[in-house]
Amino acid sequence: MILKEFRQMRRDRRTVALMVGLPIMMLIIFGYAARFDVTEIETAVLGPGADAAVAQLDDAFTVVHQDNTGTAEDARTLLADSEAAVAIVTGADPKVYVDGTELFVAQSALRRAESLPTGVQGEILFNPELSTANVMVPSLIGLILLFIGTVITSLGVVREREQGTLEQLAVTPLRPVDVIVGKIAPYFAVALIDMIIITLAGILIFDVPFRGSLFLFAVFGFIYLFVVLGFGVLISTVSRSQGEAIQLAIMVLLPQIMLSGMIFPLKSMAAGVRWIGYFLPLTYFVQAMRGIFLKASSFGALLTPLIILTVMAVVVFGLAVWRFRRDVAPQTAEAVAS
Amino acid sequence: MNWGAKDLTVVFGSKVALSSVDVDCQPGEILAVVGGDGAGKSTLLKALAGIDVPHDGTLTLPDSGLTGYVPAEGGIYRDLTIDEHLDFVSTAYRLTDWQARASDLLARTDLADFGDRLAGKLSGGQRRKLGAAMALLPRPELLVLDEVTTGVDPVSRMGLWRLIAGAAAEGAAVVFATSYLDEAERAGTVLLLHEGHVLASGSPTAVAAAMPGAVTESDRPGAPVRSWRRGRRWRHWDPDGVRTDERVSLEDAAIVAELVAELVAGGSPS
Repeated sequence: MILKEFRQMRRDRRTVALMVGLPIMMLIIFGYAARFDVTEIETAVLGPGADAAVAQLDDAFTVVHQDNTGTAEDARTLLADSEAAVAIVTGADPKVYVDGTELFVAQSALRRAESLPTGVQGEILFNPELSTANVMVPSLIGLILLFIGTVITSLGVVREREQGTLEQLAVTPLRPVDVIVGKIAPYFAVALIDMIIITLAGILIFDVPFRGSLFLFAVFGFIYLFVVLGFGVLISTVSRSQGEAIQLAIMVLLPQIMLSGMIFPLKSMAAGVRWIGYFLPLTYFVQAMRGIFLKASSFGALLTPLIILTVMAVVVFGLAVWRFRRDVAPQTAEAVAS
Repeated sequence: MNWGAKDLTVVFGSKVALSSVDVDCQPGEILAVVGGDGAGKSTLLKALAGIDVPHDGTLTLPDSGLTGYVPAEGGIYRDLTIDEHLDFVSTAYRLTDWQARASDLLARTDLADFGDRLAGKLSGGQRRKLGAAMALLPRPELLVLDEVTTGVDPVSRMGLWRLIAGAAAEGAAVVFATSYLDEAERAGTVLLLHEGHVLASGSPTAVAAAMPGAVTESDRPGAPVRSWRRGRRWRHWDPDGVRTDERVSLEDAAIVAELVAELVAGGSPS
C-alpha cells in the first residue's frame, strides 16, 4: 500500500510540487515577509528646517522627498498621492502627518516619533482611528474577486472538459469567441455583484468611508476582473481535473494574500521577497482600493497601478483566451473540404 | 455528399494516434469504428466531428452546424434538466421550430416524462439517450457517436440503436465507435482499427470473409497466442487452416486481424 502511494505520488507531479513548493513558499513568506514591524518608512521632510530635521531622524525614516519651501498642503498632497507615508513639516507650526491607510507603517512611525523634534504636533490622515476595517474591507474586495475569478472560474471550465462538453461546443456553430464570452460573462457578472455587496457591507456595517471616485472604483474593478478571470481560465487550460485546478489556484492565491501588502506591509518585507509582490495584481488593486476608499485619490495618483493592472489584464487574459480558444476551436477551414 | 477522411494521420508528440486512415461516410449509411483500447477510435471520431486535432491528410466534413457529436464522456451537463439541454442545443445551433422535433426525440428515447429532471439524476442509459437526442436535434448530415452504448443496459442499447437507425433513415451519415462487435455487425460498414492503423474495412460480411486461415472451436485451450475463450468453449485460429464453416463471425475476424497485426509487429509472422 505504501509503495503504491509513493508510486502514484511520484507520477502526480503537481501534488509533489505542491507538497514541496508550498512549505518552501510558506517558509519564505513567514520568514521574510510576515513582519508587522516596518523598518523602512518613506518620509517627506518639508519647510525651512528640513535639513536639520532630516539629520535628527531615526534610520527607519527613509527620506524620499525633501523640500525647504514645502508647505502643510504639499505634505497632505504627497500622502494622498502615496508618494510618502509620513510627511514632516518644519517651520513656525511644525507638524507630522502620517498616512493612516498604511496601518502598520503608521503604527511604526508613531512608535519611532521620539526621534522627531519635541513639541511637534502629529496628525493621522485618511484613517485617524487607525481602524483595521477601514484598511481591510477595501483589500478584501480584491481577495474575494481573486477567489471567484481564479477558483470558481477555473473549476467551471474544467468541469466542462471532464464532462466532454467543451469539445462538444466546438462542433456547434458557436464561434470560439461566443463560447469564451458565454463562459466568462456569468462569472464576471457575479463577481461585479459581489464587489458591490462587499462595498455596501463595508460602508453600511463597518462604517468604512468611501471618499473617492465611483468611476475610478468601477474602472479598477473592471480591469482587475479581467486579470483574475484570466488567471482562472489559464488555470483551466492546463488542468485535466478539478483537483488539479484547485492545486494550481492555491499556488496562485497564497502568494497574493501574503505578499500583496494586503496583510503585511510591502515595506516590511525583505527585499529578496518584496519584488514578488510587485508582480501580483492584488498588490496594485489593494493600493487603488485603499486610495479610492480612504484618500479620494485622483486619477493621476492611481495612474501607475492602473497602467500596470491594464498591462496584466491584456497579457493574462489574452494568454488565457488564446489557450482556451484552442480547446473550443473547430478544424481550420483549410484542413476541411465541405 | 459523402463525408470522411483521406490519408488521415494524427500524431500526438511521439505517439502516432492515426496513420493514413481513409474513411468514407455515406448519407443514410452507418459506419462502425471498432478496435481495442488505444486503437485511435476517439481520435478519428473527434477529427470527423470537426474538433481541432493536429493532422495531415484531408477531411471532408459538413458545414458548421450540420454535425451532431456525442463524446465518449457523454457530453451532458449534470446540473441542467433535459428540457434545458435541448433548449441550449437549439440556441447553439440557432434552430427555429425545434420544439416538435425535441418532443419527438424525447418520445423516442422514453425521456418525455422527465423533461424537468436534472441530467445528474438520470440513469446512465437515460443520459446516453439524452446525449444522442441532443446530437440529433439539429438534423445533422453527419452524426458522430463515441462509445454511446458503452455501459448501457441491453434495453437502453436497443433504444439507442433505434435512434441511430432512425437518423440514418432520415439521411444522416452515422459514424459510431463501439467495443461491442455484435453491434458493429448491424452497421453497413466496419472499420477495424489497431494502434492507429486500419486492419480491415468493408461490410461486416466482407471483413469476416477476408479473415485469413480458419477458426475452430474446442473444449480445451490451444496455443495461447492463437486461442481465446468464448463462453465455456475455446476458439482457435489456424493461419494455414482451410475454412469449412462459412459463417465466420465479425468477432472472430476482428480478433484474428489483431492477432496477425501483433504477430507481424512482434517479428514472428504466422
